[in-house]
Amino acid sequence: MSKGAAREHVASQKWTRFILPVYYWLVVAYLCSPIVVMIAFGFNNVPGRVNAKWYGLTLNWYRDLFSSPGLTRALLTTLLLATMATVISTVIGAFLGLAMGRHRFVGAALVGFVMFLAISSPEIVDGSSQLVWYVRLSKVSIGPIHPFALGFPTILWSHVMFCIAFVAITVRARVAGLDGSLEEAAQDLFATPVKTFTKVTLPLIMPGVMAGALLAFALSIDDFVISSFVRGHTVTFPIWVYGSAKVGIPPQVNVMGTLLFVGGLSAAAVSAVLPKFSQWRAGKRLERERLERATAAAAG
Amino acid sequence: MTGGSVPTVDEIVKAGTPVPDRRRKPRLTKRAAPYGLAFPAMFWLGFFFLIPIIWMFVVSLNSGTLETGFRFSWNWANYTNGLTIFKTQYLRALLYAGVGTFGALVIAYPIAYWIAFYGGKRKSTYLFLILLPFFVSFIIRTIQWQFILADNGIVLGTLKSLHLLPQSFHILSTQWAVMGGLMYNFLPFTALPLYVALERIEPSLLEAGKDLYANKVTTFLKVVWPLSLPGVFAAFLLTFIPMMGDFVNAELLGGPSNRMIGNIIVTQFQNTYYPQMSALSFVLMAGLLIAAVLYAKFLGTEDVFEAAGRG
Repeated sequence: MSKGAAREHVASQKWTRFILPVYYWLVVAYLCSPIVVMIAFGFNNVPGRVNAKWYGLTLNWYRDLFSSPGLTRALLTTLLLATMATVISTVIGAFLGLAMGRHRFVGAALVGFVMFLAISSPEIVDGSSQLVWYVRLSKVSIGPIHPFALGFPTILWSHVMFCIAFVAITVRARVAGLDGSLEEAAQDLFATPVKTFTKVTLPLIMPGVMAGALLAFALSIDDFVISSFVRGHTVTFPIWVYGSAKVGIPPQVNVMGTLLFVGGLSAAAVSAVLPKFSQWRAGKRLERERLERATAAAAG
Repeated sequence: MTGGSVPTVDEIVKAGTPVPDRRRKPRLTKRAAPYGLAFPAMFWLGFFFLIPIIWMFVVSLNSGTLETGFRFSWNWANYTNGLTIFKTQYLRALLYAGVGTFGALVIAYPIAYWIAFYGGKRKSTYLFLILLPFFVSFIIRTIQWQFILADNGIVLGTLKSLHLLPQSFHILSTQWAVMGGLMYNFLPFTALPLYVALERIEPSLLEAGKDLYANKVTTFLKVVWPLSLPGVFAAFLLTFIPMMGDFVNAELLGGPSNRMIGNIIVTQFQNTYYPQMSALSFVLMAGLLIAAVLYAKFLGTEDVFEAAGRG
């Protein structure tokens, strides 16, 4: 290879190495373009209900965020639903994640396959099958309560169902990366299984549990397809938005979407930083103790 | 020889062997622990996921209406009628999901490749940006596309006023809008498993290719692509069949001639024709079952879990 050709080769590499990064940022822009439009049109000074053209900046829709009672009720329903679904599915799913990550047991492969199906099955299949199942169970009652009558409870049961699988996987990933000897040490020191769990296992898997809970919350807030089948007459936020899409969605929807977006990002940021922060704090404490001991030794 | 003499080899080995410790033996509670831990979740998944699907299969063979009551009658006509009457919508769903999946794979692959091999310390940040759309409800995002692609909206309106497009040009209410919407909504689901597979490839393998005088294209075709195939299959599994069952994109972005099988299932649901709805829906489930069993048999469930855990 002549010197000139070699230099040309380097030059062409220099040029081509920008292709992929530029492409990456273009795709990120493409993925985010609807989000940008959503945020921008939450500030649109639109005179009527149909938010389709830019009229100028306003903060009116932030001020009148709750002026549409139906929309407000739908948002509150969704937040309540997501909170309950997150709490239930995080507890149940974390236990399953622990079982899958820590223990070998007969039927583990079957459990894995069921979770695999739960993750990959089309939502429309989940929705329609759970609908006919709830219709079958609609007569079941515990005292005056009909737990499977279509409505808020049935949406909750279904949301818990699909959240469990995602929480379990997130927790399992965390458990698999842990050193089991810490728990054995606790047991060797005669800690009861309950104590071992609360004092050793739980703090160790907490970052995984938090990540799973966040994921569950996000999935529940966003769910439209399954809810639309099993909701009865209950209206959630995505259901309300979809229903009003035909007549044009009011700017308050953009504002609520923006606030949920910002809230979700903040939660993700906190959950990413928190373990590092507590690690940093623990490191500081250790350092201080060491320093104190050294000082004490020097003084003594 | 009396005691106090040099120990034999056997004795030394014996002393080095740990004494079986009763405490270390898995006790019954410990062996039962995983079942106890897994039980609530498996109960929930069984009662609210598996049994409903089995029950849906039973309902799909029923006849009757909601008013007169459904009766089990081995009514296979729900399947034969469903597949003949709604053949167009099934084929359309296959086509749209096929194009959508292919498009998402083509767009996502270079992204996943770049993050996996050139992401460096910022890998997780780059990946996070790809997942940003998940922080906004997908209904809202799809409605925003409706708005962006409107006949006289920000994109087409501008191009038309510059006379770059004829006035009659439109994207909404065409199959292209539906396929584009499907592709957009499922792109992150495609990128994640691709990234999981590509990230696992040792960069030293690429070096080895270079050392053996393979050019970049050959290295990619002979090393990277074959090793990333499991990710391509996982992406396909997570994208194609869910896309086939989608109805939101066809409803919001398509027109009356773009209805997919998902839209038909929703119509049957709204009319409370539950047996027909169940049959149409179970066909999709059967498709997934076949794909999932094949995938799990040959590639295991790990990659999909890893991709889902990052979502």
